[in-house]
This record gives sequence, structure tokens and C-alpha cells, in this order.
Amino acid sequence: MDRKECVSGDWVQIERVILEAGSRAPGVPEDTAALPMIARMKGFAVHDAVVGEPLEVESTIGRRLAGTLVAVLPTYSHDFGAPVPELTRAGLQARARVRGEGG
Amino acid sequence: MMGRARDYQSVMQRREDIIKEALGLDYSRFARGDMAFDYEAMMREVGYSLEETRTIQRDLGVGDTPLVELRNLTALVRSFAPSGMGARILLKDEAANPSGSFKARRAALSVQRAKEQGYRGVIAATSGNYGAALASQAAMRGLDCIIVQEVFDSRMIGQPEIVEKGRKCEAYGAEVHQMTVGPELFYYMLLLLEDTGYFNASLYTPYGIAGIETLGYEIAEGVREKYDRDPDAVVVTHAGGGNITGTTRGLMQAGCQDTQIIAASVDISGLHMAGDADFNRKSFTTGHTGFGIPFATWPDRADVPRNAARPLRYMQRYVLVHQGEVFYATELLSVLDGLERGPAGNTALAAALPLAAELPREAVIVVQESEYTGAGKHPTAQLTFARENGVAVRTGDPADSVPGASIVIPEEVEQVRAREHSLDRMRTSLIRNAVAFADMDVLGPQEIRFLAEETARDETFVTGTLESLGIRYEMGSDA
Repeated sequence: MDRKECVSGDWVQIERVILEAGSRAPGVPEDTAALPMIARMKGFAVHDAVVGEPLEVESTIGRRLAGTLVAVLPTYSHDFGAPVPELTRAGLQARARVRGEGG
Repeated sequence: MMGRARDYQSVMQRREDIIKEALGLDYSRFARGDMAFDYEAMMREVGYSLEETRTIQRDLGVGDTPLVELRNLTALVRSFAPSGMGARILLKDEAANPSGSFKARRAALSVQRAKEQGYRGVIAATSGNYGAALASQAAMRGLDCIIVQEVFDSRMIGQPEIVEKGRKCEAYGAEVHQMTVGPELFYYMLLLLEDTGYFNASLYTPYGIAGIETLGYEIAEGVREKYDRDPDAVVVTHAGGGNITGTTRGLMQAGCQDTQIIAASVDISGLHMAGDADFNRKSFTTGHTGFGIPFATWPDRADVPRNAARPLRYMQRYVLVHQGEVFYATELLSVLDGLERGPAGNTALAAALPLAAELPREAVIVVQESEYTGAGKHPTAQLTFARENGVAVRTGDPADSVPGASIVIPEEVEQVRAREHSLDRMRTSLIRNAVAFADMDVLGPQEIRFLAEETARDETFVTGTLESLGIRYEMGSDA
């Protein structure tokens, strides 16, 4: 359901280059200095656009922000991850010790 | 405002004026010569007594968090501590605050100040829980909130913990700016302050620090009430320094003369804070040495002219733990004592396990905070992300771990250690940094006295250090 275009009023994510590579602060590590500094913001689209095109949005506090469209209805993808049995085992071992079940 | 140059150098040159406008506080009033300043006068600028601060916070549902005895973790420590040793471990459950961390205390006073001064909104640059706290407090008080977060590496991938904290800020209605790695976050925040005229709700203003004093005070009250003694030790997760500064000031106001103040950070030495490649190779986004050491040795690197967080004035010990030890402590807190909390806030808890074993059984050691947990802010989320980013996760002796390359989860509690980090080394760095920043050739009595306060040592320590660094000074009478 990855939509590539938005219509006015859609909740979207935009991005904007804040500092171009080469215009970064003095003293940043080489790998960082070779990259642009980018900001991503979300809001309601104020006109139609296709991903990659310029777009203005209205933020949750009513400010107009300009950038290019990155995503329509951007999804939170963070989660609890995979189980970590090493951690579970260590926890149960400690519990057994406190309960006097050996160890 | 229109037509002003917006490039990095130009904006940074205007920083002092922008900050002054965005705080309504003139820091030059506290200056005493080229190096020293009157710290207590700056703190008095807050204008609320501790009791008044408590009232403000209570009205907002902030503070008065439970002080929980961790009976099973205490029993676990006693299973290996020498005979007669193994202090009671208590946890100040700060996750019970409105936004899920002690940062609500800091945000409450910042927003109070912004509101009183007539600002329409507040801005902070933070990847941490403070963003959520500020957004929550701003929502309560009807102010706009903008949060600037360092989130992405150049692949536009973000740590699950930071992504979650961004989501939380958005949940409270804040406008969130998510940035790629780099210290120019500060430059961007200055631009936003200039564009909006909002309040700079920095973590490091006197308000941001005074708000934490209630936490130290509540710990003293709670321990006295339940155990009829002062806390023997308080362990504080240390990053920017506000936590240890505010908590200790609160304990001191409660009259806890003999309580030992121990700072704890996660050791991520070797990883560059501003490096794109290193950014996602650490599993902690705060509470680590990447903030803890630089902010202790040069507090005024912050986004205000004079940082109200001055950790070396307050910490009496500084101990480091490994990432795997903190995940382990987080697991134990859940499985043994029935409290599922976020990992970063459990840094002090990990350190408290070996520290409790050093104290007698009748003693009380307080772990001074916990934070909320959830998707992203959880050991399984963090360890999955670490594995995806090429970091090995295994069990064994955490001493063998290498930040950025491996995370080693202990198999037994005895493998958790609190490793001392030399305070005198940090004090020496602070003195070196203070002299370099003030750009003075010869220090006088005023500077020596100031550096003694800054390092919590006497003037003999300061002059001895200056001599070892080859810095000239004069002891005569004050000019």
C-alpha cells in the first residue's frame, strides 16, 4: 500500500537538505562531512504531489514547511524485535538462584 | 528577520543574540572576569523555592513517584556479597511521570517559565526522553512545541529507541524535525528559534536543572520515612550532567550530608558521536560516555552560554558499565522484581548491583530513575537492531565486549562490574578546557577559586594541576 502520490490534505512526510555536503560544520568526521544534513518533517499536504516532487505541508502546530515528498501516510516500523534467548536464559538462571533452586 | 543570512557561519555568529532573545535571560550578568561566573546567583534566577517547584509539578501530575524496594535483586546481590554485605536496593520509579521519565520534572519548569514570559511555544533539540516530556508539558499548558532530533544515518535508518521517542513527541502533538547525524543540530535549532520566536527550552537552563531538585528531595524523604536513615548511596545515570546536578542539589537541600553520589554511564568508548558510520553501532542513545565525559569535562559546550548542569561539582564517583550489563539488569528487573522498564534508564541499576555488594546489609542504595519501555525502547528491539547492524551479541564476560563490535551479556550476576573512571583525570581536563576557553595567560585568585568549585576540590589541587599543565597563575589579593 505504498502510495507514490498524495493529494491535498493527506498526512505525509517531507525532507529538506539543511546543509549541503561541503558546507558542514568545521571539525565533523570525514564520513559525515561528505554527506548533506537532511531534515524530515510530517504534516498535512497543502497540494497534490508525487514522491520526489516539491511539497508544502501544514505541521501539527499550523506552520507551513517546505521540502520534497518522501512518503504518504508514513508508517512507524519500529517494534520489539526478535526474542533474545540468551537474555531470557540469564534472567531465569538468576531467578532460580534467588528462589534457592540451585546455582 | 527577513533577509538574514542562513548559512552555518552566519547563524553561529548570531548565536548569542538568538539565545538571549529565546530565553529572556542575560547570562553576562553572572560573569566574573573572563572565566568565572556566579553559579548560585544564576540558579537563584529560577525564582522558585523547592517547595514551590513541588507545588507546580504536583499540579501537573509530575513527581511523587514510587520508591520501590527491589527485594529479589537485593537477595540476588546478597547471594554473592561477602558476609554481612549487600545493601537494600531501591528504585525511584520515574517511569510513573506523565511522559514516562524524570525529564517531565525538567520540562515542567521550562514550560512554566516560557508561559510566564509570554512565549507561544517551546523548542528543544534532543534525541532523548526530554523531547517527549517537553511535548507533554507544552500540551498541558497550551503551548506549541517543536522538537529537533538526531535520528538517521545516511541510509536514513534510525535507532529503534530514537524512532520511538520521535513517535511519542508526535503523539503529544509536537512538530518533530528528524535529522541525519551531525552536531549542526544546534545550528538548525537556532534557525528555528529565530523563525518562530519560541522559547529555548534547553535541558541546561537553570529551570531545566532546578526541576530535578525535587527528585533528590523526594528520595531523601522516602528513604527516611521507610528505613529511618539517610540513603547511603544514590546511583545516577549520567549523560549531559543535569540528572546528577539536580538530584544532588535536592539531596543537599534535604540535608543528606553523608550520602555518596555515584554517577554511572554506559561505556561506548571508541565510537565517534558525530560519525555517520558509528551512529547506529551503539545500542544506547543516551546515558553513555559519549555525552557523559565531554559534558563533565566541559559543561559549557551546551546550547546555552552557561550550563546549569555542572556534574563535576557533584559526583563523588564515576563508574562505567557495558551495554550487555545494562540489558541484563533490565531483564533481571522484569523477571525478578516484576518491573518492565526501558533499558537506557537502567544504566544506574546495572551499576548498583556490584555497588550494593560493597555496602553493609543495613545500608540503602537508591537507583534514582527508571524510564518507560515500549516498541523500540526495549532490550529485544535494541539487540535485534544491533545484530542487523553487524554487532555480535553473545553471552560471556562483558569485560570482553568492544563497543560497536560486540555486546556481551553476562551469564551470572557476579560478571556485572562497576568500573571506576578517574575523577581527577576528568577534573584535570575541565581545568585545561576552562583555561583554553577563557583564553587567559595568567590566572588569578578568582579563577582558582572558581576552578576549585568546578572540580569540588581545594585550591591546592587546582594550583597543582595548573603547574602540571604549565599554566601560569598568581595567588595575590583579588583585583
